[in-house]
Amino acid sequence: MIRSTSRPGFQALAAGLAGVVFGLGLAIAQMTDPRKVLAFLDVAGAWDPSLLFVLGAAVAVTAIGFALAGRRAAPWFDTRFHSPTARAIDRPLLLGSALFGVGWGLVGYCPGPAIASLGSANVEVLWFLPALVAGTLAHRMSSGHTRPTDDEA
Amino acid sequence: MTTTSSVVAALIGGVLIGLASVALWALNGRIAGVSGVAGRLWRAAAGDRAWRVCFLGGLVLGNLLWVSFTGEVPARTGFPVWALILGGLLVGYGTSMAGGCTSGHGVCGLARLSPRSLAAVFTFLAVAAVTTFLARHLLQVS
Repeated sequence: MIRSTSRPGFQALAAGLAGVVFGLGLAIAQMTDPRKVLAFLDVAGAWDPSLLFVLGAAVAVTAIGFALAGRRAAPWFDTRFHSPTARAIDRPLLLGSALFGVGWGLVGYCPGPAIASLGSANVEVLWFLPALVAGTLAHRMSSGHTRPTDDEA
Repeated sequence: MTTTSSVVAALIGGVLIGLASVALWALNGRIAGVSGVAGRLWRAAAGDRAWRVCFLGGLVLGNLLWVSFTGEVPARTGFPVWALILGGLLVGYGTSMAGGCTSGHGVCGLARLSPRSLAAVFTFLAVAAVTTFLARHLLQVS
């Protein structure tokens, strides 16, 4: 059966539920604790491989789920799947990933856990998140993009 | 030290992250990449904003629920503010340039077998590890 209408109300509910489960997952996996993340990235120190298990489990479940979901013509609450359109492994991808890596390796936060941390009275992200927004805006202005350049359609 | 319970917690957390990503894709047709979901929030067209707000709010709520349940609040102290700001600037700039982060490229991208995401993940993991080494063992920052 093809869904031909977009249902914003259900989209919001579904997104909220997905967000809660995602946030729960981050918290249980302790990805909201930058010390845990840095313990993984600190390969020369007392190495903690936990993040590898988190990523591994997440990718495995997602891969199976995406394969199953992809058999449908459209998602439940929208007219189409919003697949990433970018294909090339280009300089912005690699340089951007490197810059992101520096920031992440320095402080132990990436966007998801940092935002989720607002729910655990984390004062560090009160510095980190506005700076993240500033960095994002700086990139858009400097590259001439006023729209986000993320991979999504 | 890696204990059995921490491995179990990591696996459970990862499974939940995966289920959430599958749900957002199967139900809404959207990639659960936080930098992307948040990145388009401000300029979102009507009908495109509510789900973004709900997803990001859900992240906060999910974490809050767990913290309330365990009564434990992870809190690092003594980390320099200048590093938090610099880190934020780099993460914001970099994820915008790369079109994704650990959730978008790392979880969803790898799950979709995207060569672009594989390149991104390899790059940011390697660079992050080098950065942590320099910051911890040379600069004594973290």
